Amino acid sequence: MSKVMKRSSEITLDIKPVPTGGTPDDRPESEPIFRVRDLGVRYGGLLAVRGVTADISRNQITAIIGPSGCGKSTLIRCFNRLNDLIPAASIEGQVLYHGVDLYGPAVDPVEVRRHIGMVFQKPNPFPKSIYENIAFGLRVNGMTDDIDARVEHALQGAALWDEVKGKLKSNALSLSGGQQQRLCIARALAVEPDVILMDEPASALDPVATSRIEDLMESLKEDYTILIVTHNMQQAARVSDMTAFLTVEVSDDGHRTGVLVEFAPTTELFTNPRDPRTEAYITGRFG
Amino acid sequence: MSVGEAQAFSLRGQGGKQNLYEKTFVVLLLVAVLIGVASLITLLIDVLRVGAPRLSVDFLTSLPSRFAARAGAQPALWGTLWVISVCTLFSVPVGMGAAIYLEEFARKGRLATLIELNIANLAAVPSIIYGLLGLAVFVRFFAMGRSVLAGGLTLGLLVLPVIVLSGREALRAVPSSIRDGALALGATRWQTVSRQVFPAALPGFLTGIILALSRAIGETAPLITMGALTYVTFVPNSLLDRFTVLPIQIFNWTSRPQSAFAETAAAGIVVLLAVLLAMNAVAILIRSRYQRKP
Amino acid sequence: MVLMACGLISVLTTLGIVLALISETLSFFREVSPLEYFTGREWAPTFGRNASFGVLPLISGTLKVTAIAVMFSVPLGLATAIYLSEYAPGRVRGFLKPFLEVLAGIPTVVLGFFALNFVTKNLLEPAIPQVERFNVLSAGLVVGLMIIPTIASLSEDALRAVPGSLREGAYALGATRRIAALKVIVPAALSGIAASVILGMSRAVGETMIVAIAGGNQPSMSFNPLKGSQTMTAYIVQVSLGDTATGEIAYQTIFAVGTTLFVLTLILNLISIRIVRRFRETYE
Repeated sequence: MSKVMKRSSEITLDIKPVPTGGTPDDRPESEPIFRVRDLGVRYGGLLAVRGVTADISRNQITAIIGPSGCGKSTLIRCFNRLNDLIPAASIEGQVLYHGVDLYGPAVDPVEVRRHIGMVFQKPNPFPKSIYENIAFGLRVNGMTDDIDARVEHALQGAALWDEVKGKLKSNALSLSGGQQQRLCIARALAVEPDVILMDEPASALDPVATSRIEDLMESLKEDYTILIVTHNMQQAARVSDMTAFLTVEVSDDGHRTGVLVEFAPTTELFTNPRDPRTEAYITGRFG
Repeated sequence: MSVGEAQAFSLRGQGGKQNLYEKTFVVLLLVAVLIGVASLITLLIDVLRVGAPRLSVDFLTSLPSRFAARAGAQPALWGTLWVISVCTLFSVPVGMGAAIYLEEFARKGRLATLIELNIANLAAVPSIIYGLLGLAVFVRFFAMGRSVLAGGLTLGLLVLPVIVLSGREALRAVPSSIRDGALALGATRWQTVSRQVFPAALPGFLTGIILALSRAIGETAPLITMGALTYVTFVPNSLLDRFTVLPIQIFNWTSRPQSAFAETAAAGIVVLLAVLLAMNAVAILIRSRYQRKP
Repeated sequence: MVLMACGLISVLTTLGIVLALISETLSFFREVSPLEYFTGREWAPTFGRNASFGVLPLISGTLKVTAIAVMFSVPLGLATAIYLSEYAPGRVRGFLKPFLEVLAGIPTVVLGFFALNFVTKNLLEPAIPQVERFNVLSAGLVVGLMIIPTIASLSEDALRAVPGSLREGAYALGATRRIAALKVIVPAALSGIAASVILGMSRAVGETMIVAIAGGNQPSMSFNPLKGSQTMTAYIVQVSLGDTATGEIAYQTIFAVGTTLFVLTLILNLISIRIVRRFRETYE
């Protein structure tokens, strides 16, 4: 049963209560890389995000969308334990990565980040040369054999090599915004992660640079698993395979908590959303 | 990757060697911090240990003497009082005036920039240079002699930049809504500043002034250079009298080879530190009680 | 306007300093040749007929004390700054920062007393028998103690000014706190740190009471830190303690030395400002 989504108010939907989260396939090769169970984040005791349950599949692009303040960034930062840097933050629930609990007692967050890389909203290259930006990650991770080749490989993977190959020693800050972001992607690729987290990677960039990043993501998903937070619905619709929609719940005392409303293959979520809140968001009625 | 493989995959990290580097680094940092902390504590304990037994009312009321046991700080204490009073009477109005001028009235121009530049530079000039200035200008050129007046003015010039800088901060902390509100009611610039902005900035001003003066009280070099005495057996009676101040008296006692004078010096130091402590406590009190949150 | 006059007093002060210094220095150079002053290696201005006016020993004294002060204070100050910025939990910061402020507020005459009666008497003399009563080492160490708050506070400001996004970028690549601090954050804050060191040097050069009390009154070109060596500032104090009449050569010498001191600190301060300005755009 397919319905054409009309961006108008007279849409009719068949709303069935459906459990959130879903495994797209049960084939053994696509065993989920992340199993998230009832994940919640508290800042100073107050819940910022709660009850997220989902399975993330490998070699796919999973988008996380939702209105501002719904905890998308907070959620994605759980995957590489970057929330550890905030003293007041605490985690509930479980995130299993290749079957291992990311927050288990024997787990070293530094080691986690060597497998799960991140690209940030505002490009943040180090104030060093282009070469050194990439070499830093390599040295930190002990990948010091033939740094030159690895740097070149990473820059090619980020579709930046041709533009910078003649000026590797120049300062990274002299690049344009889009180039800087691709450098940050190259930096993340160089350490050969399993997963790349992207927190609104293109929101600070112009449309041309944005589309280049989106093309890049398409090519990257062959070798990596990508999780992307975006406030741009069209972007999510364009690039992702699975989409998770979060929204804000306001409690009686005004406190805002993010919840996972729906998680489905992208085409399904956008053409046939199961939850009225999802539908309201994607038709533009709010957020 | 099957479940079996997943179990072999661990995020344990490199453990051992990596952890050792991390821990060693933090330990090194802490050692460095502790050396600084320990030095300060050692200083305070040593001074108290040596000086406290020597403290007495006699000490505060006697004159200095060749005999360590009889030496007292009375002229030094009075001298400090006189000099700091002159310093305050000069530097506070001038400093506040300059701060108000720069923050509230000056148009962004070459004059304002020149003044700002000067103040920034003067704040970094070694204090002994101010002594030379005082010697040449106040003592000789204005023929004030090596007097309390000259000393107070010299110190006044020394702390002026500090008062101006902290005064400007105090004024900046006053929300512009107050200024806008007053002006909107038809008040002139001057009325706005004198009746609204300045009173609001007063606690900040006071804190800055107290801190500046506490610095002045501890200054030795500029006053020695402009000719304060180190051995004084009288209390100043007029602005043109010669004088000494507590830090200089301490210097004098410290310079004497007899070890008994070291005790006297330490006692003087305890008095000096006590005065500074009291002043800083008042400043902190004012700051916490009255400072408005921006 | 009255207020503007208040502001102009600062300009007058600078003018006054410059004029006073220059005029007496010029008088001095009418009596003594600049060549002898700047290249002579003997400083004995009060020896009447046999007076020598080479300022190098005084400059040497100042530089020796400053060098020891910097060697002592920079590692300690920088380490404190790194600890405060990257490691210290809130409560420790609330305890440490006031400590630094207290240390910064101790009058230098008190520090001089500490240098002579504790550092030299209780630390150095028992440990090193050849050390002289007045020595450069003790003075240098305590001057270093004096400037630790300067270096620590300004360096900490510089480290905290490094955007959090750089820290997160480093951590996201799998760097540990130590590696992020040493390889990313400190290099990014380097200009601010350098400026703080130079400012600390400037304060060490201008420091008077610690060296006057503990550093000795004998000018010396020797590099032995166990001996005393009069600095420029200590010389000015020494002359001022005696009653010098105007016009006498000794009066002029303190202005000549004062000018040298002023120029030296001015250069250091300008370098410090320059460094900060030049590299401010580093991570914008």
